[in-house]
Amino acid sequence: MNGKLPSITSKLPAAAALALICLVWFLVCETGAVPAYMLPSPVDVARAMVNDFPTIMDHSRVTLQEAFYGLCIGVGLAFITATVMDRFLLLDRALYPLMIITQTIPTIAIAPLLVLWMGFGMAPKITLVVITTFFPITVGLLDGYRNVDRDAIDLMRAMGAGRMQIFTHVKFPSALPNFFSGLRISASYAVVGAVISEWLGGFEGLGVYMTRVKKAYAFDKMFAVIIFIVIISLLLMAFVNLLSRVAMPWVQVEKRQDLASAGETGK
Amino acid sequence: MADDPQERRQAMDKEILLQADHITKKYSGKTIIRDINIELGKGELVSLLGMSGSGKTTLFHVLSGLTLPEEGRVLLRGEDVTGNPGRVSYMLQKDMLFSHKKIIDNVSLPLVIRGMGRKEARAQADPLFEDFGLEGTQYLYPCQLSGGMRQRAALLRTYLSSQGVALLDEPFSALDTITKSLIHKWYLDVMERIDLSTLFITHDIDEAILLSDRIYILNGKPGQIRDQIIIKEKKPRDENFSLSDQFLAYKREIIGKL
Ligand SMILES: Nc1ncnc2c1ncn2[C@@H]1O[C@H](COP(=O)(O)OP(=O)(O)O)[C@@H](O)[C@H]1O
Ligand SMILES: [Mg+2]
Repeated sequence: MNGKLPSITSKLPAAAALALICLVWFLVCETGAVPAYMLPSPVDVARAMVNDFPTIMDHSRVTLQEAFYGLCIGVGLAFITATVMDRFLLLDRALYPLMIITQTIPTIAIAPLLVLWMGFGMAPKITLVVITTFFPITVGLLDGYRNVDRDAIDLMRAMGAGRMQIFTHVKFPSALPNFFSGLRISASYAVVGAVISEWLGGFEGLGVYMTRVKKAYAFDKMFAVIIFIVIISLLLMAFVNLLSRVAMPWVQVEKRQDLASAGETGK
Repeated sequence: MADDPQERRQAMDKEILLQADHITKKYSGKTIIRDINIELGKGELVSLLGMSGSGKTTLFHVLSGLTLPEEGRVLLRGEDVTGNPGRVSYMLQKDMLFSHKKIIDNVSLPLVIRGMGRKEARAQADPLFEDFGLEGTQYLYPCQLSGGMRQRAALLRTYLSSQGVALLDEPFSALDTITKSLIHKWYLDVMERIDLSTLFITHDIDEAILLSDRIYILNGKPGQIRDQIIIKEKKPRDENFSLSDQFLAYKREIIGKL
């Protein structure tokens, strides 16, 4: 009970700001300060969202699939890469700079190439998602592995633990917080990555739908899709948060402990 | 009685569990400890007293097998275990309870490492919680324990990973004075009940006198064993001992040798 209240009150300012922006948006449209063909009123957008809901849901199913598959493959590859790089110093020295360089290549620039190579199906979309999500997770895991206390490894060795046991009991759990911050970023990249690659051609998906309504100058529908993408990204991030809570129950305990001791000294 | 050579020999005639045999250790060419010879007999509580930087932790790293010495051997019940970790139980200077494991899993980790299933390891560790004054903390995380409790948990883990011999690196030095004196009492009590011969590091002279059967003094650069002092006060000891003239005499002797 006590824990809930501050978390609600701390979110109030953000909610108020959001409401205020919507109000300003509404007033700007209603008074005719901006013509309706340039900026649809929030009421129109809401109406478009309701009317188009079944269509948007159909398309988002495809986009979410791409994002999800891409994310899963990205996580898998990142895990293997980071773990192997951590094990072999030479590989780490060889690959780390390369990974940084590939990250500077903008997503939009490779997307058309992927379409050229793989066609208009799901493959190029999933590939793009893999490329964009792979890096934050790999770096997160690598940092996590590296930050493990030397003494923790000494202790494990002194208890007679082998390399594999040190990994499963110490290194991997210590890297989990970093892994999840990487995954949180990647989850939002994943949806955006899928939508961007759908812009460049495809049969279904929110990106495809966006290009269609754009051609029809249906700006209200366009806004409805954008808002929908935001909602999907937020839901995905919330899911990652939930996952991280389940995977790292001790983090919640530590937070509560910190709060309690802060409360004690505060009073 | 005080320096009866026969008594001294008797102490030495006990079964020797752990022995450092002419150990010299260098780090990047610099000799940190030189020609160390020490022994730990069965049931003994021996302390290694020295100023910080004298190489106490380095010696423990060698004894535990974590690092190889340039010269010398480590013998466990006569067997050469030099550079062979996993044989001599070692409690590091930091308590090093893993924050992601519940206390019972931290404590039973050495059993799991030796190949026991998690359930079985928990079942084996559980009854010891009461002996170590940790009852009720099994399913808490380390952050929920006080400093003194964490130290007890780390000690229980060390005990579970030991085969009769343990090295403790400044086990109580991070605790405040009151907690420390409480835990000293508890420690002497626990040691009466369990079979664990320990070699422990301290830089606290009072602690060394209060807890030890023997004290090795390590100092100099490179660190060498300067002397050995036998504390003859019978066990179990209590706080009165630390207020006695005898205690002061020991203290004077040690300060003279440091
Ligand atoms: N891994 C290491 N590499 C190089 N020097 C070390 C290492 N460990 C300890 N030393 C050095 O050895 C000396 C003794 O350290 P240590 O054994 O930790 O002393 P103590 O435990 O008595 O305080 C110090 O001067 C320290 O800098
Ligand atoms: Mg030390």
